[in-house]
This record gives sequence, C-alpha cells and structure tokens, in this order.
Amino acid sequence: MEWASWSDFWSMGGYGAYVWGSYGVTALCILIEVVLLRRSAGETRRRLRRMRQWDLSTSGESQ
Amino acid sequence: MNLYTFSSPVNFYQLSGKLIPWFMGGAVVLGLLGLYIGFFVAPTDFQQSEAYRIIFIHVPAAWMGMFIYLVMAFWGAIGLAFNTRMSFMMARALAPTGALFTFVALWTGALWGKPMWGAWWVWDARLTSTLILLFLYIGIMALWSSIDDVKRGDRAGALLTLIGAINVPIIYFSVQWWNTLHQGASISLTKAPSMAATMLVGMLVMAFAAWFYSIAVAFIRVRGIILERERQTEWVKTILEND
Repeated sequence: MEWASWSDFWSMGGYGAYVWGSYGVTALCILIEVVLLRRSAGETRRRLRRMRQWDLSTSGESQ
Repeated sequence: MNLYTFSSPVNFYQLSGKLIPWFMGGAVVLGLLGLYIGFFVAPTDFQQSEAYRIIFIHVPAAWMGMFIYLVMAFWGAIGLAFNTRMSFMMARALAPTGALFTFVALWTGALWGKPMWGAWWVWDARLTSTLILLFLYIGIMALWSSIDDVKRGDRAGALLTLIGAINVPIIYFSVQWWNTLHQGASISLTKAPSMAATMLVGMLVMAFAAWFYSIAVAFIRVRGIILERERQTEWVKTILEND
C-alpha cells in the first residue's frame, strides 16, 4: 500500500488534477456511451414497433 | 456446431443477446480489479511519482483505439469481398467505441504530457497520427450517416476504413521511425517489458476490461442495427410483437 491517508491518495503526489482528470473524463465518456446506447436501443424498438403497427393497420384497411 | 451459423443475423442476434451480460460483467470485474492493482498494488514510479498512474487507462485506450480500427478494416474487407451482411453491421457497431477510446487516449495523453513534458500537446509523430485516427473514425461515421442508401454507405465506409488502415502501423511504429517526445513501447513482443511487474499486470487487466467492454457495447449496438435492417423478416416481427 502506497498511501498514508485518503488525502494522500487524492493528492496523487501533487498530480491529482492530472490523474483524476484522466480517470474522471474516461468514466464520463463510458457513462455517456452506455446511457446513449440504452436510449437508442429502446428508441429503435419503439420506432420499429410503430412502423409495424402502421403497416398492419394500413394493410387491414386496404382489404 | 457450424461457425457460419453466426454470420446469419438472426442467429447472431440471439447469441449476442446471451453473451452481452457476460462481457459487460467481465468488463466491470476486470475494471475494478485493474483499478485496485493500479492504485493500491503498483508501486510509485521513481521518475514520474504518481502521475504515471494515468498509464492504466492511457495505454489500454490507445491499444483499443488502434485495435478496433483494424477489426473494422477486417470486417470492411470481408464485407467488400463476400458481401456478407453481418460484416458491415459489425463495422458500423464498432466505430463509435473506437472513436471513444481514441479520444480517451488523446485526452489522458494531454493530461500526462503537461506535467511530464510541460505541454498539453505537441505536433509529434505519434500524437499527430493518433489525432488522424480520431478524424478517420469521425470521417467514416459522417460518411455512413451522409449516405441514405445502406448498401452504398456500407461499401463507401469500408473503402475509407481500408484506406485509412495504413495509419495504424504508422501510429504503432512512429516512436521508432521518427524522433519523438513520446516514449517507446513499454512492452513489446520481442523484448522483456521495461516496467515493474505489478504495473504491467495492472495495465494488462485494464486492457482486458477494455476488450470486454468494447465487445459488449458493440454487440448492443449491432443488435439495434440488425433489427433495423431485418425489420421486414418474420423473426424480427415476432420479436417486436413479443416484448
């Protein structure tokens, strides 16, 4: 273990801003990708379902 | 079992659906383990003090950015040669994640360069070629979204990907070919690694986490693309009605 205390850990030998700036932005990027992905997966399914229903209803009317 | 089975969208859709939780779970476990090793096991570097701990994301992200590009080029080539549907879908599903990792490599590199070199950015061979990699990803995605015809877009994107693939060996060997501020490879296939064993293990564990994560998100994305493109088929209609 390299750290005497939590404040020692967070300061990263004086390089805290650089180290946590790296890890923080990486975590943020991953979070954004996962959230966008979940949202677009749901949207794709909803949109395709709507298209399908529309297809069914129009084909029903034309008969 | 025939491997070609999974080149059909319906089978791949079902297989990837089963695999995603495992890859995502693996990514989380490996990521936490890698962070633990990186922050609590790996020693302080005698030259760079604690700033070097950026390596645990910088190097895996840079590897992933290059590797995903090569995988995209591979799928692009297969798609162009054999006109296989899944290949182009895989290429499209991988691009955003490749761009993300390339951006992370550049971002963490800037935050590492500032305290160590005194500059956020230099127009050095490796940095510049990595920036070109990011632009290639963005350019390929822009090309796809600008061409409405799916098949033409697929082929144009694959062609651009293949042309841009020349940039990947340039990135990789840039530190040998040119005088550069960027340090040489810390690990290579031919030499013993020039770093402490625990640092190396931490970096490799994080690299595996990045692999698992990339596979999981690419699978999630490709499933959306499959549904979209196969919407006229009976199996997609059944899926849409049943859940």
